Amino acid sequence: MAEATAKSISKPVKAPAPVGAWRDILNTLTIPVLSIFTALIVSGFIIAFTAPEVLTLLPNFWEHPLDLIATMWHTVTTAYAALLQGAFGDWGAILRGVQTWVATGNETDFLRAARDPFESLVAATPYIFAGLAVAVGFKGGLFNIGGEGQLFAGAIGSAWVGINISGLPWFIHLPLALGAGLLAGAIWGGIAGFLKATRGVNEVINTIMLNYIMFLFTDFLLSERGPMRGSAGAPRTPEIYPSAYLPHLLPDPVRFHWGFFIALGAVFFIYWFLWKTTIGFEIRTVGASPTAAKYAGIAVGRIFVLTMALSGSLAGMAGANELLGLNHYMVAAFSPGYGFDAIALALLGKSNPFGVLAAALLFGTLRNGATRMQSIASVPVDIISVMQALIIAFIAAPEIVRWIYRLRAPAQKEREVFARGWGG
Amino acid sequence: MFGMVATSVMRRTADIAQQRRWIVGGGVVVIGLLCLWFFAVQVPADVVSSYRFTGGGDPVQLPVLDLPTRLTNLALALVLVLVGAFHAARGIKNSAVLFGIGALLVLLIFLTWSIRGASLNLTGLLESTLIRSIPFLLGALSGILCERSGIINIAIEGMMLTAAFVSVIVAAFTGSLWLGLAAGIGSGALIAGVHAVFSIRFKVDQIISGTVINIFATGITNFLNLRWLTVNQDLNDSGTFTKIPIPLLSQIPVVGTILFNQIILVYVALALMFVVNFVLFQTRWGLRTRAVGEHPKAADTLGVDVFKIRYINVIIGGMLAALGGCFLTLGSVGRFDKLMTNGRGFIALAAMIFGNWNPFGAFGASLLFGFMDSLQLKLQILTSVIPSEFLLMAPYLATMVVLAGVVGRVRPPAAEGTPYEKQ
Repeated sequence: MAEATAKSISKPVKAPAPVGAWRDILNTLTIPVLSIFTALIVSGFIIAFTAPEVLTLLPNFWEHPLDLIATMWHTVTTAYAALLQGAFGDWGAILRGVQTWVATGNETDFLRAARDPFESLVAATPYIFAGLAVAVGFKGGLFNIGGEGQLFAGAIGSAWVGINISGLPWFIHLPLALGAGLLAGAIWGGIAGFLKATRGVNEVINTIMLNYIMFLFTDFLLSERGPMRGSAGAPRTPEIYPSAYLPHLLPDPVRFHWGFFIALGAVFFIYWFLWKTTIGFEIRTVGASPTAAKYAGIAVGRIFVLTMALSGSLAGMAGANELLGLNHYMVAAFSPGYGFDAIALALLGKSNPFGVLAAALLFGTLRNGATRMQSIASVPVDIISVMQALIIAFIAAPEIVRWIYRLRAPAQKEREVFARGWGG
Repeated sequence: MFGMVATSVMRRTADIAQQRRWIVGGGVVVIGLLCLWFFAVQVPADVVSSYRFTGGGDPVQLPVLDLPTRLTNLALALVLVLVGAFHAARGIKNSAVLFGIGALLVLLIFLTWSIRGASLNLTGLLESTLIRSIPFLLGALSGILCERSGIINIAIEGMMLTAAFVSVIVAAFTGSLWLGLAAGIGSGALIAGVHAVFSIRFKVDQIISGTVINIFATGITNFLNLRWLTVNQDLNDSGTFTKIPIPLLSQIPVVGTILFNQIILVYVALALMFVVNFVLFQTRWGLRTRAVGEHPKAADTLGVDVFKIRYINVIIGGMLAALGGCFLTLGSVGRFDKLMTNGRGFIALAAMIFGNWNPFGAFGASLLFGFMDSLQLKLQILTSVIPSEFLLMAPYLATMVVLAGVVGRVRPPAAEGTPYEKQ
């Protein structure tokens, strides 16, 4: 991929599409699509073989093999059907809801039915930010494994502004709260960049350590004598003022809010920033080869700090978005690991902002659907983490996918090594 | 690094090192003086801090050590000041040693101050320190074996978590702790095998491979915990290993209680520390492992099978991390709780770095981290001054400080993280 980056630098950006461009796109999509497919199949087997109803039949396998297979099939199809329905909603109900709305002016049915598909977009929003965060790091040759900590930092920053500043109109308070989240994430990520630039310490180990420091710091803030503890008697902050809310677009059961559009804006901004600005070019050059970048006169250390701060600010936005758009208060366990899943997103999207967007929509849909799967088919939502781990594994080791599907290896190499030891 | 003139670089490096020694040494002196003022001079002269060494029920009763708080802390703070001054003047080469001594002195001063007018069972505190340090030690040994052979292992956490889960469920199902232990260790070997195949055979980035394992372990243990254990509580009750007092040795007061009246896993872990150290530095295998981690091509040229060495080290490393996971379940609580490793795998990573990739150094770091851990649990008064969360942060902060080379440099194996391509 390092080579791919170097190639895209030397290539003019608006080159006319060469012959066979479609085949290129198809080729790039093969491995991700097959990886997702394979991960779904493997997860299906995990769901089937761990189901209590299947396990009870297992001892009688030799007498009634078909019973077992039928039960397994039933378990998996029920689970995945629930997942699909949770993810995309019941479109019949949505259409009927629209009819009622048009006929009687009562939108409740529509909103209730439309909640599911909108909820997928809501779930995708933090993924977009967090995925972009890791992708920006990859583009700059840095592995930001600290997205989760930066996300917490962002949420804390936003919460602080949302709770402690009052009396502002929303068009000042909301940007201020978002800005605080962005800044907090940028600082937390920037520390690792700074230590790499000045002391040559690998950012991976520092972002891991910074994650845990931030988790403990959050615990402290929310603990009984913590400065941000609310009066609710539980480890959480007070609610932020409504002037800092990210406004919802539709009435209540639907939680779809403006954060999604800010995330879309971030996708375009990052694309523009990385490919149309000088600093973006410098980031990609450093990512392709720090040594070459140095000889080209780029201040590599400055770019390290900048890349990590930018990456951290995006992760911070993920936290700010969750806090200002959905929860409106901070709890210790408010992220199901977006910062770690983000690594999967960046790999799946090949570190391209639009690729990350597509991957984030997929993951958001999956996670939202899995919530329904847990309530209907009682398959724990954590199977999503297993799926994501499998997807990363297959994408990182395409040989496995090629071996399964008997695909031929491509001519050029497609690997990058981010980590080169801890000490620098 | 980028071809500057060698002599000027050397002079500059020497200047910077000298300057940094002054700053760090000065800092330690200042901390020592602060301790001197707050925890010694400010204390009335007649106050006593009592350290007990035996509990009420112990057969041998040792006298209580009554230390005058002011005088004791005066002495300890002076030692701290001297250490700082010595570093400024002569320089302590090993950063972790300076850091460890400093932290230990500050903690002792603080401990003596916080129990003024009261007493504390020191033996109990030290025993809990040792027990809490065992998972860190085993995780760090795992990291050492992997990284000395050139494979980064950030999946210690995931290996521990998986082994913790597997050991409980198998032990509860079969009713045998030993089978549970074997299954737990086996699961660690399996996961490490996956890490090895990904890193060595497929040349996947080792950080990505480790992250995959961590995400997978979190997901699958949460998933199965909800699916099996919460509905079937019997499966989540493995029982624990009982303490085996070593004849005679366990009768020694204090030392016997701390070291020789423990469950088998503690003895095994401590023995493994010596074994790993011996194997790494005294045997042919260890020499080859280190060669492969430093310069695989040279090792290959001399006929060492780089891949084989790496595979075996990573898999044994996985078994060690898994043993640490089993210790958390079969060795202490006898059940599995969601995400029960709680970052211990990463503290182990920190202990490995802090100990400069040496087994004994890692054990020292593990003890220090374990000491802080037990302090915040046992000393309410301590956590009333410093919130326990900040004490728990110490291992992570310390690692960042040590890595940043504020005090000196730690040196990881040179070839770490780079897949080896046979020519």
